[in-house]
Amino acid sequence: MEFLVVVKRNCETCQMVEPVLASLKASLPLTLYSQDDPKFPEEAGGARDDRGLEESWRREIEVVPTVIRIEDGNEVERTEGWDRAEWERITGQGGLGAGLPDFKPGCGSRSAEFGMPERLSLQFGGMHLASREVEVCEMEDPMEVAYDRGWTDGLPIIPPTDLRITRMLSGTKRKSDEIIGLIPPNLAECTIEKVAISAVMAGCRPEYMPVVLAVVEAALKPQFSMHGLLATLGFAGPVVIVNGPITKRIGMNSKGNALGQGNRANAAIGRTLQLLIRNMGGGIPQEIDRSVLGNPGKYTFCFAEDEDDEDWVPLNVARGAKPGTSTVTLFHGDGVQGCVAWHSRTPEEVSRSLAMSLLSVCHPKVCQWSKAMLVLCPDHYKIFQQHGWGRHELEAGLRDALKRPGHDLIRGAHGVSEGIDPTRAEEIVDKFHEEDGLLVVRAGGKGAGQSAIIGGWPAQRKVDEIKIVSEEVGT
Amino acid sequence: MRNQPYVMRDPTAEISPILRERLAPCKDLSTATIGLLSISKERSDEFLDSVAKSLSDGGLSVLRFRKPTYTRPAPEAIIQEMVERCDVAIVGLAD
Repeated sequence: MEFLVVVKRNCETCQMVEPVLASLKASLPLTLYSQDDPKFPEEAGGARDDRGLEESWRREIEVVPTVIRIEDGNEVERTEGWDRAEWERITGQGGLGAGLPDFKPGCGSRSAEFGMPERLSLQFGGMHLASREVEVCEMEDPMEVAYDRGWTDGLPIIPPTDLRITRMLSGTKRKSDEIIGLIPPNLAECTIEKVAISAVMAGCRPEYMPVVLAVVEAALKPQFSMHGLLATLGFAGPVVIVNGPITKRIGMNSKGNALGQGNRANAAIGRTLQLLIRNMGGGIPQEIDRSVLGNPGKYTFCFAEDEDDEDWVPLNVARGAKPGTSTVTLFHGDGVQGCVAWHSRTPEEVSRSLAMSLLSVCHPKVCQWSKAMLVLCPDHYKIFQQHGWGRHELEAGLRDALKRPGHDLIRGAHGVSEGIDPTRAEEIVDKFHEEDGLLVVRAGGKGAGQSAIIGGWPAQRKVDEIKIVSEEVGT
Repeated sequence: MRNQPYVMRDPTAEISPILRERLAPCKDLSTATIGLLSISKERSDEFLDSVAKSLSDGGLSVLRFRKPTYTRPAPEAIIQEMVERCDVAIVGLAD
């Protein structure tokens, strides 16, 4: 049996127990380690030097003083801070610390200070990164190296250094070498480490990682068709809607300017997916990305739904998730089109106004091609709520307002060759598919009745092949 | 700028070499515009005049550029003009 105690001079409790340490050292096989000054504790003849914190890191010390009992080379028990009864029990010595209080909490271990676990893990071999090293010479700017190598979306990136990647990986319990899937279009095997590298570059904090990983898992579901979405001639890119308690825990924006700039989590999570597709998948504009015009959302397009109103059924719950779960939903979306409707006062009026704007998605005469997302602003929602309309009534009202006679829509009608098949002239035609054709989410700030429409991708007309996908946020 | 080596990790699928590839050479010079950049070193004009003549005599299209002094890098405006107007560049680098 032997004992090990880790202390630091800059800790009142360690200083207080100096006489106890001296008496234990005299009577037991005890090794002392000091995190800041090997001369301390003087009364016990000093300590082994652990200013480099290797012993503290290997022993996973969180508090000083920590007393550890070791039998046959293995730790069997430990106690943290000063607790006379525990110290006496663990050491088997009685009458320790006469005159001292029974209990005094310790101080934080230097090895547990912010950023230290990752630094020490890299230094002492706890973390091994497998990605290729790219050395930046002394006169080069890492940002410029990243541009020159084609790693960026046109905006600067945070250089992915070992320490930053290791910190990012601390945001997930998943192993860095786990393969999360094949990233299109090149179908490159992608590890959690590569996701973390993109997350660093995009500007994520480690606590965003569970959301980032759920976004990547969702994007890789075959029915989402990320490959097709990347390669399309259309405008669309992945739009990420995040639901559940995680949105507040990581500080996402679901209020004013939710679809715009200014929130780190919204911006960085969406951008991580795009950088991953660019760098891992090889999805480069004017190469495999064939988009005629693209849209600014292809830098990043991610926001949280506003779930503060208990009357409202959030998108993820409407799609089958248990209330209170955190979920990401990916939609193939174009840019934002506004629907300014300030004068409507009844739910029927508002839904008709919204429907008129929704009819222009893809093309005013084309039906059941692109899906759409309606981002309902608070001022519009209030009118529905005051009249007892929840998600169900609102969706039904919109569906009714989105029906039109086929003869107005057939090819050639109104002198426009776009349109539906002429055989449908006598039908009443829905603008969108019934299942998932129109997603309604709530977001935005108060002040004006102006909701947003995010048009979908024309390939969504293949309803059995291409689907909107959701994924629960894990750890 | 800094004393420690600075290492980034590769965010790509690592399917291309770590050293950046050179641009592919121009496949068809007959339709290309060739830019000749003089760095303003003494007598470089004589050399470049003769290069320009031999290219022009071969039916190739040549444009001439000059940076103000060989003691400093080329001004951005000259580089941009060459990027805009030329397909191929020949630089007279030394004596």
